[in-house]
Amino acid sequence: MDSIIEISSALSLLIGSFLCLSGGVGVLRFPDFYTRMHAVGVTDTLGAGMILVGLILLRPESLVLIKLIMILLMTLFINPTASHALAKAALHSGLLPLLYQRDKQKGAESSNP
Amino acid sequence: MKDLFAVVMLSGIYGLLSASFFVALDAVDVAFTEASVGAGIATLLMLVTVTMTGRYEHTAHHKPIWALVVVLVTGVLLIYGTLDMPYFGSADAPGHLHVAPRYINDSMQEIGVPNIVTSVLASYRGYDTLGEVVVIFTAGVGVLALLSVTRRPEESAEIDATNVSMHKKHLILRIVTKMLIPFILIFALYVQFHGDYGPGGGFQAGVIFAAAIILYSMLFGMSTARRVINQPLVQFLSAFGVLIYGSVGIVSMLNGGNFLDYNLLSDDPVAGQHLGILLVELGIGCTVTSVMVIIYFNFGGRTEDYMRNRTKDA
Repeated sequence: MDSIIEISSALSLLIGSFLCLSGGVGVLRFPDFYTRMHAVGVTDTLGAGMILVGLILLRPESLVLIKLIMILLMTLFINPTASHALAKAALHSGLLPLLYQRDKQKGAESSNP
Repeated sequence: MKDLFAVVMLSGIYGLLSASFFVALDAVDVAFTEASVGAGIATLLMLVTVTMTGRYEHTAHHKPIWALVVVLVTGVLLIYGTLDMPYFGSADAPGHLHVAPRYINDSMQEIGVPNIVTSVLASYRGYDTLGEVVVIFTAGVGVLALLSVTRRPEESAEIDATNVSMHKKHLILRIVTKMLIPFILIFALYVQFHGDYGPGGGFQAGVIFAAAIILYSMLFGMSTARRVINQPLVQFLSAFGVLIYGSVGIVSMLNGGNFLDYNLLSDDPVAGQHLGILLVELGIGCTVTSVMVIIYFNFGGRTEDYMRNRTKDA
């Protein structure tokens, strides 16, 4: 039983770290604001969440558990909301997604050759 | 950098980073304050100011070479000065030999509070903390004197209209905020009353409490928040906190001790210390919360008026 818990904890820690790392690469490599937001959102919510789950599994019988669960709940509430607010502010201030801009340019070119 | 918005954001990030290195130095109480003030409220106040003053800095026509020279010379002198200082973390540094051993060894018998930071802050160094609280109170009074505008009482229909229009714009944020605010307030109370045992205390709790109120007023509009949070009451509380702190000192003088000598507040010296620290932290919490709220509301009220006049002119 213990080994199952340990293995699953290690797995979730690994997945969490991988997601954080790939999120970091994504922030640097993605072409425009919204795709970068996506990378950040993955890091924030799923990456941090998986790491917290891994930590919870490591210490299943102490006060730390409750604190970690509180932190998990808070991240699950706050991070998606923050991403939402950020994306909405960008859209509100007139920044369009890259693909949308490209489509619009193409449409303009094909309509008046 | 000319974009002031980016500058404000960078200073916020710097606040968060310095909070994390305070944690690494084991100064959790300071990290707490730095995270909530440096990264939270100070950034917010600067943003409010930037919305009024304009986002970009004016281009300077002169090259500030002499300023750079002065900065470089001062910096080199300061670094040269550090060479004489004791090695980082060395046990025989003068700062560690003066009063620190007494605090560390005797705090538990004399005061009986597990968190030595709290016992130093509220009891051994009670005068200094009183000074800090008065400084914060003075800042609040200064903001009130400089920035407060007399406003005509708004009609409730008008307030409701802004409230509804904001409701459509910020629906998700509002719901999440409504869920979070009770937890933030409870956490602030926990920090306030758990300061004897863990990191925390009046300053941190006050800032967290104020952050919850500021969050509310950001998402529900200044006028709604002004209706919920009674401004005269807040102004009264900011002075009341200082009054509590000072009266604890006076009461201990009336009991025949020195100013802020908590031993005489109760028959048992340690119980007296506990009572004194509790009351003093309560006073600090009151003053810090209300001064933060006053500062935010006055900054925000100015910006609100400015925006309204601009739309009226346009």
